[in-house]
Amino acid sequence: MSAIVEGRTGPFEMVIGLEVHAQVISKAKLFSGASTAFGAEPNTQVSFIDAGMPGMLPVINGLCVEQAVKTGLALNAQINLVSVFDRKNYFYPDLPLGYQISQFTKPIVGKGIVTIDLPDGSTKDIGITRLHLEMDAGKSIHDIRPDATHVDLNRAGVALMEIVSEPDIRTPEEAGAYVKKLRSLLRYIDTCDGNMDEGSMRCDVNVSVRRPGEGFGTRCEIKNVNSVRFVMRAIEYEAARQVGIIEAGGTIDQETRLFDSQKGETRPMRSKEEAHDYRYFPDPDLLPLRLDPAWVARIKAALPELPDARKERFVRDFGLSPYDASVLVAEKENAAFFETVAKGRDGKMAANWVMTELFGALNKKGLDVTRSPVKAEALGGLIDRIKDNTISGRIAKEVFEIMVETGRDADAIIEEKGLRQVTDTGAIEAEVDKVIAANADKVAQIRAGKEALKGWFVGQVMKATQGKANPAAVNQILDKKLKG
Amino acid sequence: MAIDRATVLKIARLARIEVRPEECDHLAKEISGILAWVEQLGEVDTRNVEPMTSVVAMELPRRADEVTDGNIRDAILANAPEVEGGFFVVPKVVE
Repeated sequence: MSAIVEGRTGPFEMVIGLEVHAQVISKAKLFSGASTAFGAEPNTQVSFIDAGMPGMLPVINGLCVEQAVKTGLALNAQINLVSVFDRKNYFYPDLPLGYQISQFTKPIVGKGIVTIDLPDGSTKDIGITRLHLEMDAGKSIHDIRPDATHVDLNRAGVALMEIVSEPDIRTPEEAGAYVKKLRSLLRYIDTCDGNMDEGSMRCDVNVSVRRPGEGFGTRCEIKNVNSVRFVMRAIEYEAARQVGIIEAGGTIDQETRLFDSQKGETRPMRSKEEAHDYRYFPDPDLLPLRLDPAWVARIKAALPELPDARKERFVRDFGLSPYDASVLVAEKENAAFFETVAKGRDGKMAANWVMTELFGALNKKGLDVTRSPVKAEALGGLIDRIKDNTISGRIAKEVFEIMVETGRDADAIIEEKGLRQVTDTGAIEAEVDKVIAANADKVAQIRAGKEALKGWFVGQVMKATQGKANPAAVNQILDKKLKG
Repeated sequence: MAIDRATVLKIARLARIEVRPEECDHLAKEISGILAWVEQLGEVDTRNVEPMTSVVAMELPRRADEVTDGNIRDAILANAPEVEGGFFVVPKVVE
């Protein structure tokens, strides 16, 4: 997919911005002491504050503030030492207060930058407009009864970080890379678990199209898209829809739309008379949030190594390509696994084994690296046996398959199956002599100049030794003997 | 700032308050009067005055991240118009 949508009347460019709602990792909610754990019985994790009972006052959770600051620092963003909570007013059954406590004019985090990694190994900086703290709403369930909506307030009041990007994104791939990078960052610093299936990360996608070089077109917002793949598909559909309308002489209405993942299309969400007027005003129950610069500095100093720094280090210390490094660092568990394998070994070789063989095997089994039957030390042990010529690369793949199935060490498998490579030149010579003696005609052809036949001889010797002969030794001995 | 009938109806709708048509003119006049009275504050020069956000000189208190509340479902649902399987039940909100 390119940055350009080819319309009937010429090319269009997509302009995309994302709003990501990331659920903060905390034990208790943003303004109450009720639990945030996922999957509890309905309405068991609700306090009178979350239920909007009269006379209850919110008290902010200090850890949620810290998580937001930490995230802001990881986004290379400005931390606002004074921020303000506002009420965003609207009525919906899963919002018992009648307003959402959010931050409107003075968010806790200002402008920042996220660097995304693209499949061709290049990177692109995407601007962050802001990050603010707000409370989540409860959950409405519409399909238990045809005539009623059921409401569970367990999620009501859980802390969210809304992370808003600048309209810097130009293709569905960039949007996908942005969501992946954000998820990776949040997981590195443990501020959000990034679990899109459980709704811990949800995206609203703003899409508009324009003729190249023109100003921004009218945008549509696609609400609550819950996977990287759907974000990309929703953008593609929406951009094509808008181009179709413009080329037919129509204009785009600014509206909120829903993505139907089954049909792969977007459609309008609310009728226009419901157009929102949130009447934001500062929440009189909450004082401005003031941060101590020394406290912010301490959080900054305690940040772990982030994906970009780790990627650079992998390129520098292990000689990996930028793309391979970006794949390995995306999940911190994968990065840690690779580092254990690569430590004191050939980094490129370790990367190949982890990315091709290990990830391939895990994919087939539907496992992630934390549940890999082959531990990092064991994979390192296998690589050691290739390096010290105990086994060839080809035999190593056989050994690896057994390791995946049994979880055993490479050494034990090599011994038991007798896979040790034959490096004893005497033994190899004997096999070479046998093959030469049995194929005098082919020897003659080689000596007459048909060099390509040598490969056939190598194959015969490997076959006779069940692949255990050291290929370099076989080649050397063959060269010597065939010259005659 | 003068408030007209349309604005009164809009505010009423946003606040989910039922207003009868015959009340509109009266309400428009009343709200306009209140706003005009408050607007007198605009006569004071506040260019170099920090906005006062509270009458008490204190910082926003913070709570530790500990679960101290919840597991009071019966109390939470006690005033619900209808309850089923631990859920609040309300009239259907989507078409």
